[in-house]
Amino acid sequence: MSKGRFSIFGGQYVPETMMSVLEELDAAYNHYKNDPQFKAELTDLLINYAGRPSLLYYADKMTKDLGGAKIYLKREDLNHTGSHKINNVLGQILLAKKMGKTRVIAETGAGQHGVATATVAALMDMECEIFMGKTDTERQALNVYRMKLLGAKVHPVTSGTQTLKDAVNETMREWVTRISDTHYVLGSVMGPHPFPTMVRDFQKIISEEIKRQLMEKEGKLPDAVLACVGGGSNAIGAFYDFIDDDEVRLIGCEAAGRGVNTCETAATISTGRQGIFHGMKSIFCQDDYGQIAPVYSISAGLDYPGIGPEHAMLFQNGRGEYVPITDDEAVDAFEYLSKTEGIIPAIESSHAVAYAMKLAKQMRSDQIMVVNISGRGDKDVAAIARYKGEKIYD
Amino acid sequence: MTKISQAFKNDKAFIGYITGGDPNIKTTAKLIRCMAASGVDVIEIGIPFSDPIAEGPVIQAASKRALDNGCTTDKLFDMVCEVRRDIDIPIIFMTYANPVFAYGKERFLKRCNQCGVDGLIIPDTPYEERSEFSTICYAHHVDLIDLVAPTSIERTAAIAKGSTGFLYCVSSLGVTGTRSTLSDDIKAVIDVAKSATSTPCAVGFGIATPEQAQHIVQYADGIIVGSAIVKLVARYGEDSPRYVSEYTKTIKAAITDK
Repeated sequence: MSKGRFSIFGGQYVPETMMSVLEELDAAYNHYKNDPQFKAELTDLLINYAGRPSLLYYADKMTKDLGGAKIYLKREDLNHTGSHKINNVLGQILLAKKMGKTRVIAETGAGQHGVATATVAALMDMECEIFMGKTDTERQALNVYRMKLLGAKVHPVTSGTQTLKDAVNETMREWVTRISDTHYVLGSVMGPHPFPTMVRDFQKIISEEIKRQLMEKEGKLPDAVLACVGGGSNAIGAFYDFIDDDEVRLIGCEAAGRGVNTCETAATISTGRQGIFHGMKSIFCQDDYGQIAPVYSISAGLDYPGIGPEHAMLFQNGRGEYVPITDDEAVDAFEYLSKTEGIIPAIESSHAVAYAMKLAKQMRSDQIMVVNISGRGDKDVAAIARYKGEKIYD
Repeated sequence: MTKISQAFKNDKAFIGYITGGDPNIKTTAKLIRCMAASGVDVIEIGIPFSDPIAEGPVIQAASKRALDNGCTTDKLFDMVCEVRRDIDIPIIFMTYANPVFAYGKERFLKRCNQCGVDGLIIPDTPYEERSEFSTICYAHHVDLIDLVAPTSIERTAAIAKGSTGFLYCVSSLGVTGTRSTLSDDIKAVIDVAKSATSTPCAVGFGIATPEQAQHIVQYADGIIVGSAIVKLVARYGEDSPRYVSEYTKTIKAAITDK
């Protein structure tokens, strides 16, 4: 009966009021995902609007400096709106349009997903409302203005910890209030079925491109693919086409915040356990009574107490490896990539860069590592400056 | 017929909700006693959850107050054990999937049996996922209350067939909270449910005034009132029992045949 399982994880743990709209979405997605016209329209948008395929860039200086594996960077930061989020948003809003919806709502953490949603809503003439934790609206004030500029209404969420999970709560509450004309553009591979599957399908283009591009450049598969993980959409996108290639290590880099032994962490796999929340059975940071734990990371986009159910499965069956990266390590990596390659990565993506810096030297020079640069770091410059003690405000 | 469905046997049933531990455990116990004494037929106690996605602002705030004051699942079980010495009407726990899951389903249901909790409402566990909890609930003779909403029309017959205790009929879309006007969208769903089951149908979400209560029981077997009571608790805190008592009397009178 239960749909959308990844081993024991996933499912549809939502209020009854949401079930009819999920059924409608599931049916529409199953229809359109095989519809030649839908596929052609989406491909056209991905190429001509988002700028795909994104580059697979050989980071020569970084490779030489670290002295180990050959490092390639998958440049999702070069997509329109500056991150991988656009892949999913184009798919979902095109689908919503086909379903006859006229309004989209979305949660956002760092603001990347909100900006992508507001952008595509503008393009496709959809009314757009974004829910963002009040703390995050302060951390990412520029993105808030960007969304407004694009015509979206931004609601600061003041409940709970005022971050990403609370934004998801509030967007779900809004959705069940108005389902007939509204689609919820969920931003990650989380939530109730069909979102984890649908969002993964819209993001798997990342790994399909990596595979093809690396075949052209090197004639072989990578030895490791690294990506940061909050909910896990860029990571599952970068991993998916390699899941059956057992020799490719798939490494998700979680936000450890101030460390996995502190209370200020968002490293779900390292510190969480099985639970049921936000529509899915997965792994969550929580206390003994199942209260969802307040989480912390310097990165608003990874500041989430759970992880997508497919990642929980990949962790459980051993196919995926998940490692914690602290704020300090991520900030070092943010600076390192900026200075070494002239590429300013998002603070989220910097978590993957940080682990690449550790792992590269443990690998041989004939081995290849691909690091997914899921977004660009312009949005983070002011916050990192403050972290380093500069008095700069955006 | 379970203890909960028996509460619907003679008259229209009044199910009163309060958030456990709001503002503290002691007041919750008092509220249960005074609600039972002023005509409430079934007591529904919310185990507060950090992220209550089906709740509107009133119950969200109550959950936060309760958690901030140190309310836990264990403290609520202990409190129910204590009130069970003199309160005989059915008691239901309402909470989200994770607090039950984290506590350990088996352990949670054993505690329900020990303390005399007769039913469980888990709003983020729809029909498709109910086997997560239903098997263990039935093994312990605890009713797992199913919910239907105005959008459930095509799903209602299937949901109603397996229902026990009562069928929780959500009056309108959205989250919990009082509404100035109530639609009758749920009536059609109740009609479908009635043809599929003898389980009583109670309507909740948005009922606050005696007039609304009276109107709803024209087609439902009972009503669930939550936010309107919780608002009184928010306003009067430890002094709230007498105000809640007054209020519940007026609601009970409104739904009782004269």
